[in-house]
Amino acid sequence: MFEKKIEENLFQLLVQIADDKLILGHRLSEWCGHAPILEEDIALANIALDNIGQANSLYQIAVKLENKNRSEDELAFFRDEREFRNIQIVELPKGDFAFTIVRQFLYDNFSFLLFQKFCDSNFIELSDVSKKIVKEISYNLRHSKEWILRLGIGTEESKFNTQKAIDKIWEFTNEMFEFGNVENFLIEKNIIPNLDTIKTDWELSVKKIFDNTNLQIPNISYFASGGRNGFHTEYLGYLLAEMQIVARSNPNVKW
Amino acid sequence: MVKKKVFEILSQVFDPEIPVVNIVELGIIKEVICENNSIEIKISPTYSGCPAMNIIEDDIKFQLQKNGFENIVVTKVFSNWTTELLSNETKEKLKSYGIAPPNRINAIEINNEKKIFCPKCNSSKTNLKSKYGSTACKSFYYCENCLEMFEYFKET
Ligand SMILES: [Zn+2]
Repeated sequence: MFEKKIEENLFQLLVQIADDKLILGHRLSEWCGHAPILEEDIALANIALDNIGQANSLYQIAVKLENKNRSEDELAFFRDEREFRNIQIVELPKGDFAFTIVRQFLYDNFSFLLFQKFCDSNFIELSDVSKKIVKEISYNLRHSKEWILRLGIGTEESKFNTQKAIDKIWEFTNEMFEFGNVENFLIEKNIIPNLDTIKTDWELSVKKIFDNTNLQIPNISYFASGGRNGFHTEYLGYLLAEMQIVARSNPNVKW
Repeated sequence: MVKKKVFEILSQVFDPEIPVVNIVELGIIKEVICENNSIEIKISPTYSGCPAMNIIEDDIKFQLQKNGFENIVVTKVFSNWTTELLSNETKEKLKSYGIAPPNRINAIEINNEKKIFCPKCNSSKTNLKSKYGSTACKSFYYCENCLEMFEYFKET
């Protein structure tokens, strides 16, 4: 269908985005039974499931392209830390509720814009699956947006904690607009969108919501990078150990 | 002929989370391919993270085998799914089961909100209590008329 070089790049790209969703889904699942209110417990568990399901669907396309008889589960459970290509923002510990909501809000915004563009991709399998995924993200984005407004306008304490979370997380936001070394090639072929455009749109939509609150975008010049090349924070290894232990202890079990 | 029989059998398979609606009515059967003694069924989940997919897959195989079919392949595809695929008859089934059926996507909005009717008393005096529910496809509402909570099958 595509030439070999495109297929290899596409595989890399799909794995990167699927890794984001798998790791974020796992982090969200840690809230199960711990959220501040029951409705939120249900919400975060549902959003976790959405992300893990989306990761699964992207891995499925990736392994088909790779054509090496690897399964989706092998990608999720039998790769080591350095083989994961997720951005670092998703692997950071879940923190308090404000931290989780801020991360969701920033990531959902990015993910929504990205998958909206993926709907027009020249790669039919990606555009097909994106039409499904974009609807799910838009529902979850509405949720994190409502919470940012509530926390950002709410009490002194909620504003303080939310701003603290933004200040802590901001240096990890730039990585969302990096696709390692696959991007230029795939942009040329109209398979993926130009990330600069997405970045501009992202900044606008984040600012629009913050402007309705007292929350500020921090003015910093240092940004984290490296996740797309397999360089991670110390937190990913612990997460993978927990997530992969059962599958790795029983490698040939049929679930 | 074979295909018709296959669809009849698939109508015996239900979504374990909504046991009144079968998987054909739910619109998750994307394609049935019958070729030289083998059958491939393509199914698409309602939501990407639908945890019932593996059970549905097993049920499909079980029902087909019970009816003498062999060489069955069930393939998961993640294609677009919409509640517009649900017929009025299917929506009635949901309603009598106690789940408010999905509105049409282009349903008329009043004050930026679509009216959700209580499946028990038909009142439109209902409030959203939780956007997320027991499964990805449902949210929680409260009826101010009969004072009962109910689930709404989200339109998507
Ligand atoms: Zn009622």
